[in-house]
Amino acid sequence: MSETEMVMEAGDAPVVYASPPEEALADLKERFPDIRDDDRPDYSGVIVEADQLLAVAMALREELGFNYLSSVTGVDLIKDNKLEVVYHVYSIEKGGGPVVLKVQIDRDNPVVPSLTPYWPGADFQEREIWDLFGIKFDGHPDLRRILMWEEFQGFPMRKDWREAFYEEDNKPFGSRWPGGDVIRAEELNRYGKNVTYPDGWIPTGEEYEVETDMYGEVAVQRDETPGLKTDKVTVNMGPQHPSTHGVFRMVVTLDGETIVALKPVMGYLHRNHEKIGERNTFIQNIPYTDRLDYLSSMSNNHGYVLAVEKLLDIEPPERAEWIRILMVELTRIVNHAWALGFLLNDIGALQTPMLYLYIERELILDFFEAAAGSRMMCNYMRFGGLAFDLPERVREQPTMAYLNELVYERLPTAMAEFERLITGNEIAKARMQGVGYLSAEDAIAYSAAGPLLRASGVAYDVRRAQPYSYYDQLDFNVAVRYNGDIYDRYLVRVDEIYESIKIIKQVLPHLEATEGQPIMTGKPQYAVRVNGGEVYSRVENPKGELGYYVTAQRRASNPDRYHIRAPSFINLTAMEKMSIGHKVADLVAILGSIDIVLGEVDR
Amino acid sequence: MTADASIPALESDIAIPDDVKDNVFITNISKLLDPVYNWSRRNSVWPMVFGLACCAIEMICTASSRYDLARFGMEVFRATPRQSDLMIVSGTVTKKMVPTIIRLYNQMPEPRYVLSMGACANGGGPFKEGYNVVDGIDKFLPVDVYVPGCPPTPQALIHGLISLQEKIDQQSLATVPWYRKNGIGTEIVPIPVLGPDLVDIRQLDLIRAEAKKVTEAEAA
Amino acid sequence: MYGTGIIKGLGVTLKHFVDTYVDDLRWMTRGGRYYNPDALKVRQSLQSEGVITVNYPEEKLPVPERFRFVPFLISDEPMAGQKYGKDWCTSCGICAKVCPPQCIWIKRGTLPNGRPNPQPEEFYIDIDICMNCGLCAEFCPFDAIKMDHDYELASYDRTFAHIHDKERLTKPISYWREIAPSRALAEAEVREAEAAAKSKKKGGGAREKRVEAAKERQATPAATATPAPAANVPPPPQLIEITDDMDPADIRKARIANSKAKSAYKKELKALGIDPASVEI
Repeated sequence: MSETEMVMEAGDAPVVYASPPEEALADLKERFPDIRDDDRPDYSGVIVEADQLLAVAMALREELGFNYLSSVTGVDLIKDNKLEVVYHVYSIEKGGGPVVLKVQIDRDNPVVPSLTPYWPGADFQEREIWDLFGIKFDGHPDLRRILMWEEFQGFPMRKDWREAFYEEDNKPFGSRWPGGDVIRAEELNRYGKNVTYPDGWIPTGEEYEVETDMYGEVAVQRDETPGLKTDKVTVNMGPQHPSTHGVFRMVVTLDGETIVALKPVMGYLHRNHEKIGERNTFIQNIPYTDRLDYLSSMSNNHGYVLAVEKLLDIEPPERAEWIRILMVELTRIVNHAWALGFLLNDIGALQTPMLYLYIERELILDFFEAAAGSRMMCNYMRFGGLAFDLPERVREQPTMAYLNELVYERLPTAMAEFERLITGNEIAKARMQGVGYLSAEDAIAYSAAGPLLRASGVAYDVRRAQPYSYYDQLDFNVAVRYNGDIYDRYLVRVDEIYESIKIIKQVLPHLEATEGQPIMTGKPQYAVRVNGGEVYSRVENPKGELGYYVTAQRRASNPDRYHIRAPSFINLTAMEKMSIGHKVADLVAILGSIDIVLGEVDR
Repeated sequence: MTADASIPALESDIAIPDDVKDNVFITNISKLLDPVYNWSRRNSVWPMVFGLACCAIEMICTASSRYDLARFGMEVFRATPRQSDLMIVSGTVTKKMVPTIIRLYNQMPEPRYVLSMGACANGGGPFKEGYNVVDGIDKFLPVDVYVPGCPPTPQALIHGLISLQEKIDQQSLATVPWYRKNGIGTEIVPIPVLGPDLVDIRQLDLIRAEAKKVTEAEAA
Repeated sequence: MYGTGIIKGLGVTLKHFVDTYVDDLRWMTRGGRYYNPDALKVRQSLQSEGVITVNYPEEKLPVPERFRFVPFLISDEPMAGQKYGKDWCTSCGICAKVCPPQCIWIKRGTLPNGRPNPQPEEFYIDIDICMNCGLCAEFCPFDAIKMDHDYELASYDRTFAHIHDKERLTKPISYWREIAPSRALAEAEVREAEAAAKSKKKGGGAREKRVEAAKERQATPAATATPAPAANVPPPPQLIEITDDMDPADIRKARIANSKAKSAYKKELKALGIDPASVEI
């Protein structure tokens, strides 16, 4: 902790207006009279004509200070025969809520101007929308499919697209009771597998080669620099590689050992979370969110239940809120312990730091298992509260005693030891300092979030910028570092572990004080029906800003659109920017410092 | 693996005089060598570093200090398929990933084993209905052991690995497919291709027949 | 000075190395560090020092009461000579409705008089789809489905072993009391309180209302199903009989054909205004 420099983010910005987004919207409407409010009940934001989008977005960024394009979402409005793109833009300086821009276009010929040349953070998100909705982004430099492969037929997130194992529109499927015959989906499919082909399509079996040729052209760009002309080599890393943190693939072009171009390829774990989520009832989505960022399932639960609680217009009781914060902060420690261990694994400190932190992680997982029933897939939060109260005992020790000992003794000792092991280590410093630099301007432009953003000197934390739950009552600092390299990302994560411990120390007395109080508002329900409308809720996940965009009709039991702003996915956009000019051996370290989880990248 | 019928059961074939019964020991090469062969293989099963999804985290936990796969001789996780004996399919198998998995499997030297870990690898799991999800790795690869759970706890995975060791114990030099000349049981698995959807090369005839049916129905 | 960081770090690893042996010595006189339940308890708690390894399968890490793996059904204690007793499940279908990946299939039985029997005739859980989320156990109003603690389910074949039928799923209540004593006790208390409140007067706890509501839902189909006019019912479809000696491919085809025929028949019934559940196919 000796070198830490903490900056209080809250209070930095002079608050002039009650709500900066409203002020900005009023200003925008003056400048662009064609803008109209989204007048659907319980929807927010403004609808912009497609040809004005660029001008509006640039005015918003350059003149009104809304410089952080957080999320780009595609929506299929099949009833109006329209497709919609929703942009959530925040202001780093002012904090607070978003300005929501919406573009509605014809479903048959959907073209929207691309924001990628101005906001590179939109790159992958626009490619994803092209992939899943078939909306063309005019001016996008590299509009290819991102999650599916190039030859794939159809745009699967459109409402009229059916999967091979399609059963019924909405869950619960009526066929499961009371006369449920066990008919498994593969028995109804004529190929016996989860596949379907376009009518009349006849394969020869030879015409398709897996996408190997696609990136060859990166290698043959002519080099204009003077000196010795060397051939460039294109190297494929992944999807099966020990240091890609899962099934992630990078196509790297090298000049000697220096990286000159990098293309991330993903989708190898694209398991259709959103498509399945739109068919699930609201409560059925909770266990699915566990499997997004599977290292921090409690945080994923939290973001999702907050979103649906807004739709339901309920609030959890006090005890539930405190337990939620406890769980989420423990999750942050678990996640950072894992991330640090693997970052060090990647730079060559093989196994040892990871195994030391792993012991503390296991002790927290023991607590999760006692509280929620599962080590990783907690499924612990419910709309308006929690599934269970805290357990009586954890590993034969009373719960509060266990938590106190964990937070006051075990974790600080372990962290001090870990810092002694790594933080001053010359080899670690040599590998991490000055590598993978990302400037503050670039971090914002690339929509980076979480430790990646804060290590570049941007003090932006959703817990402070737009407080949710009881975070406004807690005393903690936003960990910021200013060099923007891997070492600073490492330090930010170490600081955040200390801050989380600090938060938990403040939460524990509240847990003792609220002992025996209810943990649910109302009675537990399995068939919740929402008030309808649109909601975007974001939380500070260990990886960064995790957002849930949910829309539903009135009294609906299933969401209409269910989209996740996945921090790991969007943080990867800055990967190429950070890697160019470094040696290929640094690549895995840079990737490790972003801390991705493929379940969230590909969803 | 059951005993081959071509190997005569020695005890019953050879009549042993009563007076030497306690002093002779009748065996064959296979019976002598099998225990040694199996013992050495079962205690040095090297898995591949091959994490797919959530289950991979539990697989790493299993290999870490609390559960410690080194006790089973399995701690040597190899990053290349060419040095590994066991593929732990740990997580959701997607259509985009399946060609890679098959390619890796084909690169593994024999004897090779596949352990399917978790509901997703077994049968698609909760993501079964998804458009990019393969409903079970056994649709493409021969699987030796299935470990249910979502995700299986480290102890459940170790139970699966012990089951695999038990399976290895049953094998016999004389009957294992990888020493046979006919090559049955050791064929290269054809790699599926990514067309408009995942195309299993072994199913081409079926796909053509179904396509023909559709065109005929349209014509009629 | 350059190198101090590395030396400090080496000190940490050395400490860990020494710790393991110190802990071994500490347990030497008290029955040894391994294969000793007392030592395991300490080793797996916050007080652990040195190596924390659990020597599975010889010693197993105890699972907490809330631990969840695949679900199982609860029945009364079996009579002598029987495998399981009366099911607690009333086939109300809430678990099948709430199940996120929809891995539960319930078939409600019929009584000889044609009324629906509040007991499942068949109950299947495909554990290759189940995501161990525990929502079924959480929302069952009759405490009839619970999450098992048995995780040792590895098998060499999944086609049969991984579809748990009613026989495989049903376990007596004593098993639940054994694996989750305090939860079982708490649930029993709630049930008793409900029964007491019910015998006194109607209304009361939210839980009882839930039970009542579920029972009402149970009863309604019975009321509508009984007056189904027998004369209007169309003849049932011709189903292909599936026998054991058939080719697996043929069995699959036959099952698909059967299910298609059944669903067509059910549609026909619906069009005639007859509840398909009331007609035996």
